[in-house]
Amino acid sequence: MTTVPATVSGSAAALRRLRVPAPEGFVEAVLDRLGLATGEWFVTVTGPTGELFVAFNQHGISAVAPTSLYDGDTGRFAAEHQERTGAPPVPAERPPAGLAAALESGRAGKLRFDLAASSEFERAVLLKALEIPPGEVRPYGWVAREIGRPRAVRAVGSALGRNPVPILIPCHRVVRTDGHVGNYGLGVPLKLALLGAEGVDVDRLERLADEGVRFVGSATTHVFCVPSCRHARRISPAHERRFRTEDAAVAGGFRPCAHCRPTEVRRAS
Amino acid sequence: MTRGEAALLERLAVDLDGGYADFVRAHADAVYATAVRLTTSRADAEDIAQETFVRAYRSLRRFDAERVRSLRARPWLLSITLNLWRNVRRRANRHPESAHADAGAELPDTSPGPEAAAERSDEARYLTEMLAALPDHQRIPVVLRHIAGLSHDDIATALECPVGTAKANVSRGVARLRALARGSMPPGPQPGPPPGPQPAEQRSRQHVSTTGEAR
Repeated sequence: MTTVPATVSGSAAALRRLRVPAPEGFVEAVLDRLGLATGEWFVTVTGPTGELFVAFNQHGISAVAPTSLYDGDTGRFAAEHQERTGAPPVPAERPPAGLAAALESGRAGKLRFDLAASSEFERAVLLKALEIPPGEVRPYGWVAREIGRPRAVRAVGSALGRNPVPILIPCHRVVRTDGHVGNYGLGVPLKLALLGAEGVDVDRLERLADEGVRFVGSATTHVFCVPSCRHARRISPAHERRFRTEDAAVAGGFRPCAHCRPTEVRRAS
Repeated sequence: MTRGEAALLERLAVDLDGGYADFVRAHADAVYATAVRLTTSRADAEDIAQETFVRAYRSLRRFDAERVRSLRARPWLLSITLNLWRNVRRRANRHPESAHADAGAELPDTSPGPEAAAERSDEARYLTEMLAALPDHQRIPVVLRHIAGLSHDDIATALECPVGTAKANVSRGVARLRALARGSMPPGPQPGPPPGPQPAEQRSRQHVSTTGEAR
């Protein structure tokens, strides 16, 4: 007590020493109460072909991976996710809203995704792929054309290869421009399994691709589609017409389907 | 307003959710430190400080971009802190049992860490008690000036009083602290229950007398 100099005790400098810093975790606690928490969480859920790790944060779903890729080891998944995002994901009590329904239906258009780590071009590609309905496929060139970058077919392929949220954003529904199923970041067997699980007749698509057929049309409606289009699948064998090129279809008096948009839909002339 | 503060507010005006974490980080220490000097326990201080940022966020949601850009963030935040503290104290006055439950909590924190170390230092403990002994109309301006680091203008904003009044109360408060430290003036009566009157006053007197002997 005797060391307290009275003249110092009332001074601004002494008072400043009473500034107590906010306790650890204070900022996070506030953000958590406001639903603005910046952490990463993850859940293990059942996907169409097996269990999945799904990581998410306040912006949306940030990563999806089959648990088999990590031998089911949550620690390895968490470590890799931290390396990519800088934040260690912690197990979440509940999956993000709508995840189970999206996995069930194969339609994830209403889910929120955190694609902040992707480039603008990559985001455009991924969001376009998100529009492809379950049970149907589109060529890389279709994605390129639809996002207004018709020449960037190869870049579309690489962008899909870097999809941080595969299966939910269905890059497995994008196939080679010649109609063959093509590659997949998580391995071709998984791509085939995912397509098979949602009802795509992969063998038929491969056969058509082998024959050089890229479009099929209906002799009754004179509409042509990509072979996996839901409208193409309803065409009876007797009425099915096959085309190798768009020009051949148009020359035959066929117009492109408005659902699958096999080519740029032209205004009726 | 410094350029950093302006940039922070600009960010909030454009993207409140994205910028709010940085806003909280920028002001957390000042708000918490102020709450610690107003309340009688660390738990109360943390509650009030957290609630300050929760209320601030809700208000910012309603503000238009211009109002956010022209905000004097720190005095505005601290005026919220002060209101919350007054509410807590009013409740404590109405329900004395809960106030008594907190009465012992203002003892310095004995947990490890730099904060506790600072608090344990004799001078800091001594000064904490002197500060607690000031009447509110001086203690609050002194805390805003020297703990929260507000300018006299900002204190006037936070307390909704003229700048001259803010300035005078700060300097009278500091003068009174000096006088208390010299032991020439007994600590003033405690205005309300929160700083539990009995224990606080006893401890203060002891310190004053020991200092007196040393002189």
